[in-house]
Amino acid sequence: MYRYDKYDQAMVDARVAEFRDQARRRLEGKMTEDQFKPLRLQNGLYLQLHAYMLRVAVPYGTLNAQQMHMLADIADKYDRGYGHFTTRQNIQYNWIKLEDTADILADLAKVEMHAIQTSGNCIRNISSDQYAGAAADELIDPRPYAELLRQWSSFHPEFLALPRKFKICVIASETDRAAMKLHDIGIRIVKNDAGEIGAAFYVGGGMGRTPMIAPLIREFVPLDQLITYAEACLRVYNRYGRRDNKFKARIKILVHELGKEEYARQVEEEFAHLLTQDIEPPLAELERIKEYFADPAFEAGASDEIDLSDPDFALWVKNNCHAHKQPGYITATISLKPVGGIPGDASAAQMHLMAELGKEYSFDEMRVTHAQNIVLPHVKKADLYTLWQKLDEAGLGAANLDSIEDIIACPGLDYCSLANARSIPVAQKISERFAGNGKTETLGELKLKISGCINACGHHHAGHIGILGVDKKGLENYQLLLGGCEGEDTSLGKITGPGFTEDGIVDAVDKAADVYLAQRQEGERFLDTYRRIGMDPFKEAIYG
Amino acid sequence: MKILTGNDLRTGQVTWWTGQGWSIHVEDAVDVGDQADAIAAREEGARRVNVPYAINAEIDEKGGVRPAHIKDRIRALGPTVRPDLTLKPADPEAGNWVI
Repeated sequence: MYRYDKYDQAMVDARVAEFRDQARRRLEGKMTEDQFKPLRLQNGLYLQLHAYMLRVAVPYGTLNAQQMHMLADIADKYDRGYGHFTTRQNIQYNWIKLEDTADILADLAKVEMHAIQTSGNCIRNISSDQYAGAAADELIDPRPYAELLRQWSSFHPEFLALPRKFKICVIASETDRAAMKLHDIGIRIVKNDAGEIGAAFYVGGGMGRTPMIAPLIREFVPLDQLITYAEACLRVYNRYGRRDNKFKARIKILVHELGKEEYARQVEEEFAHLLTQDIEPPLAELERIKEYFADPAFEAGASDEIDLSDPDFALWVKNNCHAHKQPGYITATISLKPVGGIPGDASAAQMHLMAELGKEYSFDEMRVTHAQNIVLPHVKKADLYTLWQKLDEAGLGAANLDSIEDIIACPGLDYCSLANARSIPVAQKISERFAGNGKTETLGELKLKISGCINACGHHHAGHIGILGVDKKGLENYQLLLGGCEGEDTSLGKITGPGFTEDGIVDAVDKAADVYLAQRQEGERFLDTYRRIGMDPFKEAIYG
Repeated sequence: MKILTGNDLRTGQVTWWTGQGWSIHVEDAVDVGDQADAIAAREEGARRVNVPYAINAEIDEKGGVRPAHIKDRIRALGPTVRPDLTLKPADPEAGNWVI
């Protein structure tokens, strides 16, 4: 994985020193909260329901053991012994003190981490496929390009005050595991008819109160013009994106209102101009970055055999492991969704254990997924059973990836000042209901996502089943959506009808699951059945 | 009744105006009547609280102060999903007060 050079380290260290001074001045009363707020947000520090919340960037979700140990240490030393992995592949802490924050940032800087670009109207942390560099189905490793975009976007003076926040995702597989089309810019690395590698640009996607699937703006951008084209996309947005209305300020609104053809035309015009300015980073820099993402020292001839005689282990392998590009290796996902647990939460002890296992069994690498789980990308199949035993002993062996128990949930009203309803208790009740009634495995892939408000941090628009918490005359109420999908066949869920109470929404999900079980055809997932039979049978069962 | 709440500037901890200072316990909160803005401005200026604001509340059947909105009740107690991290970790009934 990428390691800081002296410039990266100097930038991060300088930022820590700057924030230390800003926090001191705030505490001494030399700055008002109005003056301080944008400064703390630029360093990932929010004020939430119970305390300050610090969001730490995990670039494209990649961590090494030293970094994961540090995240655990911060949870123990400065927070309350746990952290929350987010749908942006980051981690956040819920009980931070302002007076400790500069020390936390200094600790993060020691392991080449920071909280920059986790808030504010800038280009946020770049996201990517959690299996990047390991997946059998990827064209190339997208991470060097994600890193190049990270370096280009960090402190980019032109894009520090965009109309709104801006999220970029890079993948390099046909299969979309990163909700690429639901980003402001989604980049898929592709091969054209001539056999050349380039990038397809999808621009103007997003969730929130106005969900949109990003249209394809350009089928093929040569990789040596990637940054130039991205800059052209940003420039058009920065010039014409609305600043008069926060709710209409995202690029998706601009692309929608201009039309994708007109937006693309303007980008092409800007792109042609920028090509004359020679702004693309030198190829040598990309090559330097690529060296950090060379394959680890895989053992040649490692066995592909896995003893599946232990049924619990066999189920975990079936559900939580993914094909690796290297014979004898596999990618394993640690579910942070124990039955009745809090999606995405990990204790400091669990983080330390994952760090140790990542170091011992996955070439010192881990990934945070947007589904709030942790991936060990490069596990030798011969080590898999031992690894699983250690995870299972620590309560991290849940074999429920992509099942109805693998729920994405935002922090909701238990933690978030923007939320209208609690998300986590609903997730807990649903996972308990389905673990209890034994339907989880029968249902197969069924992605359920819960947001506690219209901002959609819990990706409810993209759930096969989505749940949106709303405030109905001061009471929590939950709307049910069906048919969303974040994959290569991205679609947006539709609301079934009137909302439910907390217990009512759990019953409604159960009824929807039963419709699927009764109506499914051979090989169909929940989503496939929904797309074939439509909303009506579900509505009839839920409201009839 | 109107009560005044905010967060401690240094720690971020939720606090409630008691008439003489700030407490982390909502049961110490007092009715500020029409004085919310004046108290908030004075206390924020003195850096004894961050981002104070007034909310509606009522006296519950046990004589305690109960914020009108669930969001403020969660602020007052702590996350409903982590009873161990609330202000009343030993009280199994505490969560019922929020809902």
